[in-house]
Amino acid sequence: MDLFAFRKPKNELESDEGESKNVPFVPEEMWIKCPKCNTMLLTTDMEENLHVCTKCNHHFRMNGRDRVEMLADKDTFIEFDADLVSHNILDFPGYDQKLEKARKTGAKESVICGECKMNGIDTVLCVMDPTFMMGSMGVVTGEKITRAFEYATENSMPIVVCTAAGGARMQEGILSLMQMAKTSGAVKRHSDAGNLYITVLTDPTTGGVTASFAMDGDIILAEPDCLVAFAGPRVIEQTIRQKLPKDFQTAEFVLQKGFIDSVVSRNNLKSTLVKLLKLHGYSGEEA
Amino acid sequence: MTAYEKVMAARDANKLTSVDYISHMFGDSFIELHGDRRYADDKAVVAGLAMLFDTPVTVIGIEKGRNTKERVERNFGQAHPEGYRKALRLMKQAEKFRRPVLCLVDTSGAYPGIGAEERGQGQAIAENLMEMMTLKTPVLTVLIGEGGSGGALALAVSDEVWMLENSVYSVISPEGCASILWKDSSKAAEAAEALKLTAQDLFDLGVIERIIRQPKAGDQAMFESLKMLIKRTFEKNLALDDEELLNARYERFRKIGIPD
Repeated sequence: MDLFAFRKPKNELESDEGESKNVPFVPEEMWIKCPKCNTMLLTTDMEENLHVCTKCNHHFRMNGRDRVEMLADKDTFIEFDADLVSHNILDFPGYDQKLEKARKTGAKESVICGECKMNGIDTVLCVMDPTFMMGSMGVVTGEKITRAFEYATENSMPIVVCTAAGGARMQEGILSLMQMAKTSGAVKRHSDAGNLYITVLTDPTTGGVTASFAMDGDIILAEPDCLVAFAGPRVIEQTIRQKLPKDFQTAEFVLQKGFIDSVVSRNNLKSTLVKLLKLHGYSGEEA
Repeated sequence: MTAYEKVMAARDANKLTSVDYISHMFGDSFIELHGDRRYADDKAVVAGLAMLFDTPVTVIGIEKGRNTKERVERNFGQAHPEGYRKALRLMKQAEKFRRPVLCLVDTSGAYPGIGAEERGQGQAIAENLMEMMTLKTPVLTVLIGEGGSGGALALAVSDEVWMLENSVYSVISPEGCASILWKDSSKAAEAAEALKLTAQDLFDLGVIERIIRQPKAGDQAMFESLKMLIKRTFEKNLALDDEELLNARYERFRKIGIPD
């Protein structure tokens, strides 16, 4: 797997010119600085540790593919609607270019949906991808999530949704806003049929996604320190013209305010999900 | 009018607000009900019971206020979670008595503030979207000014959504859109055009069912005909059984923006 397909391909040291300057060859990608504790981490160490800082437990954002790989049992994920991709339906200026750029990250859309096994338990899994237009919800995002819920309802399956979104995708105008209602309807039908829905909030979960399916889970988990908001901190600061308290709108903050069930570290995430699935009577053969 | 002129008209401080519509349509029959039974009474949302001809209805409106004093009191029509929870409480009450629900929407958006976030603005809106989808009584929403994003949608998961000809409905304000996308809020007029937020745009996109002529204060004939339209729509939907009503509501949103 090409983990760095979405990174800028070369830095100065990697260029031919750099080599001729006779400096040691150290590709930038080998190291990554933790934004929280400023430790320089070996990228491979950080990745092996599920994209979590080995020193301070800071959770880096994770792309959709990596997260699916982390949660689904090996070779069990069957993707739904992989070919459903966004188009510039409203002819919005600049949107085609934005989509093209976003696709260079390797992701095709802001959400990956499918079914898989988790410790042998059949589960529908949707993972939003913060590396694709900040996971924003467009028509295709809403459609894929809705279809995943409808599939889970038809097959009486549990569903796990990992959310990450800057909000609705404004380049799709009112049609993106309507996805909030559409997905909520599918969540409600899944719920009314007695099926389990677990939400995992990841950084950042904001706007129209927070105000729809992210907050609809029977059980809502969140990764440490992730942003959970309806209005983003900058919008609030502009409105009230005050600095916000430091831990405002973090996972820990919304836990304290009573809006989520638990903050779970990434290394415990899959085992926690499996435990919850079992507690709801779902079982499966472990491979 | 250009799209941005429509935005300006929708925000015009002199236009009629929800309480004007309520008094023109329901007169003395309206009785206001307060509070979310959780935390507070949000004055940005005005709600209560009224007689639509001979049918009792629940009316819920987002109210911007008609003068400076009222606007401050009404938080300029930007509701807190309590406002959405009050609305949901009264919708559930309407369901119990199978009373049709009329929502009047006029808001630049849900309030972005510390208290609103602390008390779960996102959760409150999310709950309304989910619960409205299966509310077993007819619901109709009329946008009478601004329809600002999730804060408007929280009262618009309905059997039908109508817009006044000079109202707008958008995922983001044109100023916000221009400043995020183009780092230039002065390009709001272009953003307004691109967002397709006018009543005609939304009708063409299949997001709303009807465009209503803009009534003026005192134009009682216009309000009477609006009342007749509302009454007929409620009657049509009251005749459906629960399953038909809820399936139609689900499909109304299900079909929006199905990609080719």
